[in-house]
Amino acid sequence: MTLTNYLVLAAILFTIGAVGVLVRRNAIVVFMCIELMLNSVNLTLVTFARANGSVDGQVIAFFVMVVAAAEVVIGLAIIMSIYRTRRSASVDDANLLKY
Amino acid sequence: MIEAPDLSLAALTPLLFVFGAALVGVLVESFAPRHVRQPTQVALALVGTVGGFVSTLLIAGRSEVTAGGALAVDGAGLFLQATIAGLAALSILLFAERGLDPAKSAFVASAAVPAGSPRDRELLTDERVQTEVYPLATFAVGGMMLFVAANDLLVMFIALEVLSLPLYLICGLARRRRLLSQEAAVKYFLLGAFASAFFLYGLALVYGATGSIRLSEIRESVSTDGTGTLLVLGLGLLIVGLMFKASVAPFHTWTPDVYQGAPTPVTAFMAACTKVAAFGAILRLLYVAFGTADWTWRPLVYGIAIVSMVVGAVLGLTQTDVKRMLAYSSIAHAGFLLTGVIGLGGGTGSGLSATLFYLLAYGLTTIGAFAVVTLVRDGDGEATQLSQWAGLARRSPLTAGVMTFLLLALAGIPLTSGFTGKFAVFRAAIEVGAWPLAVGALVTSAIAGFFYLRLVVLMYFSAPAEDGPSVGVPGLPTTIVLAVTVAATLVLGVVPGSVLDLADRAATLVG
Repeated sequence: MTLTNYLVLAAILFTIGAVGVLVRRNAIVVFMCIELMLNSVNLTLVTFARANGSVDGQVIAFFVMVVAAAEVVIGLAIIMSIYRTRRSASVDDANLLKY
Repeated sequence: MIEAPDLSLAALTPLLFVFGAALVGVLVESFAPRHVRQPTQVALALVGTVGGFVSTLLIAGRSEVTAGGALAVDGAGLFLQATIAGLAALSILLFAERGLDPAKSAFVASAAVPAGSPRDRELLTDERVQTEVYPLATFAVGGMMLFVAANDLLVMFIALEVLSLPLYLICGLARRRRLLSQEAAVKYFLLGAFASAFFLYGLALVYGATGSIRLSEIRESVSTDGTGTLLVLGLGLLIVGLMFKASVAPFHTWTPDVYQGAPTPVTAFMAACTKVAAFGAILRLLYVAFGTADWTWRPLVYGIAIVSMVVGAVLGLTQTDVKRMLAYSSIAHAGFLLTGVIGLGGGTGSGLSATLFYLLAYGLTTIGAFAVVTLVRDGDGEATQLSQWAGLARRSPLTAGVMTFLLLALAGIPLTSGFTGKFAVFRAAIEVGAWPLAVGALVTSAIAGFFYLRLVVLMYFSAPAEDGPSVGVPGLPTTIVLAVTVAATLVLGVVPGSVLDLADRAATLVG
């Protein structure tokens, strides 16, 4: 099992996340897809850390986790506030801002 | 045994000042009684931003890498930090304006109350304000100042999040039209998080290709080992993430919606400060880390610059809302700024000083323009429809005159700062041989000039509507902002010499 396999897996996960952001309609699910992208980056970082023989990548992965946790707090607060008004978390219903 | 990294506290004073003020702001929010919070928070945010501004001036001329190599305090970094702190202080003044609206503030009294509920209508004219906006904005300012000094991709990422997360929140805190505001916050948040995931993947790929995230080590690795697919791919993803923050087309889709939905003082803050911060990071990344391999990013940035100018200028023509129009103007200006980035020419061109000057000039003008937008009101808050601005000159010649002057500056008419800035970046692009780009930029500035002039014509030569908007009498904070921005736009247009010299002397990046 070479390290390349992990990189390919991470790239696939990242792509699934990115496509999910573009096609899913529920804000919570979109947000989960973004988290998937962040975690695939973590996998990439840890794999490269192993390949380079340094711990930098693993330390960066910790930072990413902390930032992702902060992002969850902010994101859920924003989605919650819009849900309480509209009773819907669909990004298609949020359509007041356009030409 | 872990050794602490060497910290040059003197070089970090601006950052410490701003983050310190933000942290004290959080304490005030938790412990001070409600009625003293608003004045205390405004004072604190002003002390933080003005203090940050003054301390950058005091340590001007320093050039060093500190904090274990993670931060670079140099001419360009300090110039941008001073710009951000100064523009942020002006924005905080706009935040603090309470005299214009019968609803007492641009910010919601209690963000937790659902929009449109009976309690929400009760709170509409309440004295209370969600004063968290001040510490949040101060944190965002701190993040921006860290962003332009980041000498390491991880610090850059952390700073990106520190500046973005508070901005997502304060976008959603408008007192009127709360649904629009909340929608803007959701869109900004989802797209912003999406873009930072791309930035992060770019970081991981660059780390994999070079074994380091320090900008100087990436440069060494690029010059000794050359550039592989992994590195170029990583650089591309990093650029996507940064361009998103700088609202450059084709990564601009959030910009019009968020600029329109967010409270206008916040829009002014984002349009001016976020742009400065994002371009600071773009300059540092491209110049310090990839300056010796500029063929890797030059075609990409070249293309993006053209797309951004064209999209901003052409779509700006079709807008019917003043805030959206200014948003497209900001996209077009991002394209003009990228002409200056192209003018870097691997570090030998005058592009760096030109871009620094342009950022300062554009930031001041755009804050002034949004300050005028806060003045024009009808019963339902700000009147941002273009049709409502018809005949404004007859209602208030002074307001229309100020707006006309600022719009002419955005269009780049001589004797305004916009002209000086555009001249500087176009010259930098021509000097490195990118004259097709400069010609394209000239054509698109002419197109963009049309929609600025359309608003001017509308204000002066149309009959005012019967039930048209009234022009509010600005309180002290907004008056200060308007006076400063108009004076600066004029001075930077008529006698730009000393500031251009300053930008020239500041145009160094260490790392």
